[in-house]
Amino acid sequence: MDDLIEYAPDLAAGFLVNVKIALVCAVISLVLGTVLVSFRVSPTPVLRAAGTVYVNVVRNTPLTLVLAFSALGLSDTIGLTFSDEPSTNGFWLVVLGLSAYTATFVGEALRSGINTVPLGQAEAARAIGLTFLQSLRLIILPQAFRAVVAPLGSVMIAMIKNTTVALAAGYLADSAFVMKDTFDDTGVSIPIFIGLVLAFMAVTLPVGFFTGWLSRRLAVVR
Amino acid sequence: MTEAGGSSPLVKLEAVNKHFGTLHVLRDIELSVARGEVVVVIGPSGGGKSTLCRVINRLETIDSGGITFDGQALPAEGKALAKLRSEVGMVFQSFNLFSHKTILENVTLGPIKVRGIARQQAEQRGLELLERVGIASQAAKYPAQLSGGQQQRVAIARALAMDPKMILFDEPTSALDPEMVQEVLDVMVGLASDGMTMLVVTHEMGFARRAADRVVFMADGQIVEESAPEEFFTQPKSDRARDFLSKILTH
Repeated sequence: MDDLIEYAPDLAAGFLVNVKIALVCAVISLVLGTVLVSFRVSPTPVLRAAGTVYVNVVRNTPLTLVLAFSALGLSDTIGLTFSDEPSTNGFWLVVLGLSAYTATFVGEALRSGINTVPLGQAEAARAIGLTFLQSLRLIILPQAFRAVVAPLGSVMIAMIKNTTVALAAGYLADSAFVMKDTFDDTGVSIPIFIGLVLAFMAVTLPVGFFTGWLSRRLAVVR
Repeated sequence: MTEAGGSSPLVKLEAVNKHFGTLHVLRDIELSVARGEVVVVIGPSGGGKSTLCRVINRLETIDSGGITFDGQALPAEGKALAKLRSEVGMVFQSFNLFSHKTILENVTLGPIKVRGIARQQAEQRGLELLERVGIASQAAKYPAQLSGGQQQRVAIARALAMDPKMILFDEPTSALDPEMVQEVLDVMVGLASDGMTMLVVTHEMGFARRAADRVVFMADGQIVEESAPEEFFTQPKSDRARDFLSKILTH
């Protein structure tokens, strides 16, 4: 218990890094996932193929490898840098990798949502003269989103926990890193371990409850 | 001003063929609809009536032949196709109102997003149209809160809101409870007498008699017979039509 109290400030700072990554990733992966699903249902075969290949490659690659590629491949080899400050650069590389990875799950959740929207909705949209993008944006996606709020909540919870893999993208003092660092000094401390678990649950449980509540509230009545 | 309101047909189908897999659903269809004309398409199920309706605004593509609307060949895709569809109203068997939008939003969406009309103006016109079909008091509700007959009348108002040159009706009363059929047919009869060009796929013989200028009888993907309603119902020319009418008119 003393360990937890002693190292609490470091751990809290580390945890804050996880929260920051999660917030930015949530926004980017939702936007990117929506773009991806638009590709996958597009009438243009090239876009459909591009969406399918992207989803199947990235979704089936272990996250550790995606992040390692982000750091070693994109940053070190190709020279993509966001900042000269290593921790800032590391932060954005993690955000990039994790968002690219999470977007595939967002896209697939949305695609299953699109499948719940009756075909007649799209036909009616086309029949009044809406273009493909307009029908998608105004009629199909709003209904698809409402159908998959709860599954998207699960995707977001997984993403929040996945922020602890940030270490794979290079130097970034997130909570998992701080914990491991601390254990090197103190030996394994159960209180620290439990403290971090509780911290994550304090964030992820409300996300689950909120999206569950929201999905009932937003459900489209047919 | 070469042919506006002139005698050229609004819609013309020439030698149209369409297959669903091995099923030849439209066979050498020749049909034209004049401006202001009300054409009722009847015939046994699976005879290609709905498909005929749906190829006119290209919800279904055709395999061969040609379709012109207002003198122009139907565009294949993109903005031109969207523009054509905005000029051809469509009323579906299953209403297909946008479930996540209110009744008023259903009626104003097209004018605002497709025509670029200001929201306030679109809402005013939308309410007028809802008034015309007798649903103005329900404007703030969602489709699922309305009866089938009310939903179908909203669907008609939604089509009218685009000021279409023509409205296609694909079995508009087939999904309705019997007591709601009349309220929808009344609206349609009103439209017909106001001079709207209409192509109506239906099983409502009463409507055909009251409102149609012409009856087209379709079976097995072909137009078997075309004639004035009274003539069709009293003196059908083909055996196929006689057989069909004997089955539906005896009770």
